[in-house]
Amino acid sequence: MGDMIDFMLRPETLVYAGIVGAVFMGLQIGAAVMVYAERKVAAYMQQRMGPTLVGPAGLFQPIADIVKLIFKEDLKPKAADSALFFAAPIISVAAAYIAFAPVPFGPASTFFGLLDEPMPLLVADINVAVLVVFAVASMGVYGIVLAGWASNSKYSLLGGLRSTAQMISYELSFGIALATVILLANSMSFRAIVNNQAGYFFDFIPRWHVFWMFPLGFIAFGIFTIAGIAETNRAPFDFPEAEQELVAGYHTEYSSMAFAMFFLAEYINMITVSAVATNLFLGGWHGPFLPPEYGFVWFLAKVAVLLFCYLWLRWTVPRFRYDRLMAFGWKVLLPAATVNLIAVAAGVLYFGL
Amino acid sequence: MAVLGSLFVIVQRNPIYSVLALIGAFFGLSGLYVLLEAPFVAVVQIIIYAGAIMVLFLFVVMLLNVPREDAAEWDRAHPLYRPWPMRIGALLALVTIAQLGWALSRTPGIGGGVGEQTAGISDVGALGRVLFTDYMFAFELTSILIIVSMVGAVILARRQSE
Repeated sequence: MGDMIDFMLRPETLVYAGIVGAVFMGLQIGAAVMVYAERKVAAYMQQRMGPTLVGPAGLFQPIADIVKLIFKEDLKPKAADSALFFAAPIISVAAAYIAFAPVPFGPASTFFGLLDEPMPLLVADINVAVLVVFAVASMGVYGIVLAGWASNSKYSLLGGLRSTAQMISYELSFGIALATVILLANSMSFRAIVNNQAGYFFDFIPRWHVFWMFPLGFIAFGIFTIAGIAETNRAPFDFPEAEQELVAGYHTEYSSMAFAMFFLAEYINMITVSAVATNLFLGGWHGPFLPPEYGFVWFLAKVAVLLFCYLWLRWTVPRFRYDRLMAFGWKVLLPAATVNLIAVAAGVLYFGL
Repeated sequence: MAVLGSLFVIVQRNPIYSVLALIGAFFGLSGLYVLLEAPFVAVVQIIIYAGAIMVLFLFVVMLLNVPREDAAEWDRAHPLYRPWPMRIGALLALVTIAQLGWALSRTPGIGGGVGEQTAGISDVGALGRVLFTDYMFAFELTSILIIVSMVGAVILARRQSE
């Protein structure tokens, strides 16, 4: 027993617990900030001001939203399948959180000499980290399809199935763009991929994967981001989501906390896709001015830029109709991703990376 | 977990719960792969099997709206519930269990031996190398099989317009 307490009080364990807590709280607070940011950005793009009443410049608006959702009545339709109805939002949120676990957000740091040796800033240091993110994203699909089924209404079921079909179709291009990066970096661990992007080409263009052998890296980045946006059911690909505003969808029968959990899952998925894209293509935590210890500042800056682009897309581009969406995924994105993969493979072979 | 999951697949009345139990069984298998020092195979199992194929199963079960099994009606009306088929079935089950027990008791010690031998082999690069050289024929055959099934599915689902 004394041994266990000694183990728990070692600085490494405490720092690791701190990192896990920071990631968890960071994701939740990030989702709340995203709610606020989305409304503000949408407002400014539509020539109006967003929430301004609650708190200074409307900053406490997400808190007001959360409080409202907590106090709402938690409904459950009588004919709904009760175990699945209860479990579906839990699966969605759990998959969203787990997907962020292997994503590192900073270089191995000693926390200003607190630790003896550097500790990587992730929740789980896995060798096949990239694939694990992909695998857990596939699991997130189940939350949606089970929500659609458990609501036991025709519209929910069809909305859920459509959304699921969209997600698994775009997972293919997502995976192929991922494979492109694995080819470039010769490893599947996130830290190795980010470390491959240190340094500069010609001393001023950073050696990020997005700039690799222009335009191949750029195309891969584009395909990855587009597939990621379709995966998270966002922006121009949110037909299942918008259908709910018109007809019904997989989360009509849910209210208050369960509804909040679905939205939490969606925002956390967005953050995860942006973070993974930053790590794979935009150089993770490498940046020009700060010393290497503060790499996470650059990481957060890049993720913030990507999230802003997400919001920007949502409120400027009209949404795809469902059949156009599926046609785009299978007939345009998948061949483009495959040809890009072959071209990158040829490039790697030719330049002997 | 793999065993429990597989058991629940057959025992469950509601077909959706069967599919979910199968997914649980796959997670159990994946864990076993990780314990056998093959993380790549474990993750690929989740991606492909539990991620894509089971979604397909779920789609089919949901769209066909397969009803819950009714135990009382089975006992009355199912053709396999006659006396002789039941007796032969029970005999076969006993023989299978006996065989399984005999085979399990004959394996050499469990644990330890497998890890050291395969740790070097299960690296992804080595896997790819072996797949494209020694098992090239199997690889090509699998690709042809997948193309055949895709073409078949497209033809079956085609609208009979002309």
